Amino acid sequence: MVENVEELIKAHEGLKREVYLDIENSSPVPQEVIEAMLPYFTTRGYGNPALTHKPGWEAYEAIMKSAQKIARYIGAENPEEITFTPGETEANNLALLGTALTWKNMGKKICISEIEPVSVLHIAQLLQEKFGYKTVKIPVDKEGLINLEKLKEVVDKETVLVSIAAVNPEIGTIQPIKEAAEIVKTQNPNTVFHTDFSDGYGKIKINLSGTKIDLATLSSYKILGPRGMGALYIREKTKIEKILEGQIATQKFWPGIENTPLIVGFAKASELAFENFEEKVAHLRRLRDKLIEGLLSQIQDTLLNGPHGENRAPDNVNISFLHCEGEALTIELSLKGVYVSSGSACTRRLLQPSHILVAIGRRFEEAHGSILMKVTRLHTDEDIEYVLEVFPEAVQRIRKIVGSTVSV
Amino acid sequence: MSRMPLPYNPKVLELFRNPKNLGKMEDATVWAVAGNPMCGDMITFYLKINKEEIIEKASFESYGCAANIATSSILTEMIKNKKLELAWKITWKQVTDEIGGLPSIKFHCGILAVGALRRAIRKYFKEKGDKPSWLPQDLTFEEKQALEEEELAKRLAKRIGGQE
Repeated sequence: MVENVEELIKAHEGLKREVYLDIENSSPVPQEVIEAMLPYFTTRGYGNPALTHKPGWEAYEAIMKSAQKIARYIGAENPEEITFTPGETEANNLALLGTALTWKNMGKKICISEIEPVSVLHIAQLLQEKFGYKTVKIPVDKEGLINLEKLKEVVDKETVLVSIAAVNPEIGTIQPIKEAAEIVKTQNPNTVFHTDFSDGYGKIKINLSGTKIDLATLSSYKILGPRGMGALYIREKTKIEKILEGQIATQKFWPGIENTPLIVGFAKASELAFENFEEKVAHLRRLRDKLIEGLLSQIQDTLLNGPHGENRAPDNVNISFLHCEGEALTIELSLKGVYVSSGSACTRRLLQPSHILVAIGRRFEEAHGSILMKVTRLHTDEDIEYVLEVFPEAVQRIRKIVGSTVSV
Repeated sequence: MSRMPLPYNPKVLELFRNPKNLGKMEDATVWAVAGNPMCGDMITFYLKINKEEIIEKASFESYGCAANIATSSILTEMIKNKKLELAWKITWKQVTDEIGGLPSIKFHCGILAVGALRRAIRKYFKEKGDKPSWLPQDLTFEEKQALEEEELAKRLAKRIGGQE
């Protein structure tokens, strides 16, 4: 199998440009971030931050300064509200399971949207199947916006937790998350409100202390930090139980020895994302629109998934190419140096396509031809122009193979 | 459940890049489809069959992943100049071996290709009004699997999305 991969990689030789747009699934780490991390592997702060020696104290200092920085960027009151986890999956698991464990005798209802990422969706399903919770899914409209009326209707005294991603990772919908949290707390002040903010952090500004949000998930790699790092914002006085047991750490809600270099990398990536924030976001938005408009105008039979304009995350592009199967298209594009992912069943290794695309009303065959791309501050106009140059011929070749087989 | 890596072998990649016998055949004696757009996995086979029941030409169109395209393409090569009886006997396992193996999650691509071919052969004899003794009455494994995949996708689409 490994020999096959060597051949596959070799098939890419001689590319004149490579453009990586699969930020949803992993990302490159800029040199500056690596350099910030390096000393914490080799020369300082390699100790356990909970112990009484210099390398331990150095680690503690680095972790606290990183937490302070991140707390400031999201408007948290104090750095103790930041719990570092090995990724956003773990942060979402902690938010949902930890809340459900804490309030198991208070009520039996959990509320999520129809388009939550799987690390929220599957935990909500698990809580229903194994722990006797009832999971209610709030519907969304054709652009992925949650129905606030329905949310108001559903949240009651039995509701322990509501979890809604502020920015949808696949279709980029920016939810009215502050209003959603207000509605929930008006209905039931004891309901814990969680948001997966992985796709919002570093791209849209939020001041969490000024909202009714209790828990918020952050991701490192989605802002070009190292993988294997994320965080859960836990508002002071929010009750939550830890979900793993192990060596007591400096952090209350996640056991085990803190990963100091990755935490430092996450903080450095945050700093780079928030420095000249408005300018960077404007750059993302411009490249996003250039890519969307270029693809929609050059290629026939396409559908933009998610909203147009202001309600869309500044980096998100998601388009369905009809009469075109997504996995085949990702390979064809890869051979041309453009790296993307698809919501097709084949890409997901499941028989059904992305539940998010289905929830906004896309037919299965439309979802199978979807391509997800995210631009970063490191992308240039030339990158987008290259993508626009090779994309039409890639779609055309796959459509030629499809021929008259489907007529969507 | 795990998300298996997909290290396609060089033969799959080659047939994906340069598929043999691709395209609709205008003078086909018979054609058949397996899979449907809901599965994201669909193959059409076109056969040109002569009086001696030999497949003179075969071609395909595929709405599917790289494995789907490659298995369809290799099968058109395997059946060329073969008597229908011999073409019928090709199993999905032989197709998978011929292509140098597939990740297990892609086995259904080979199954679907053979399912489509056998549908075409059945259709040919049905239209002719003559069933040779080697052609079984009951659906074979590959034909049943193709049918099941189609039914499952329809059920899922209906259950999840209220789609018809």
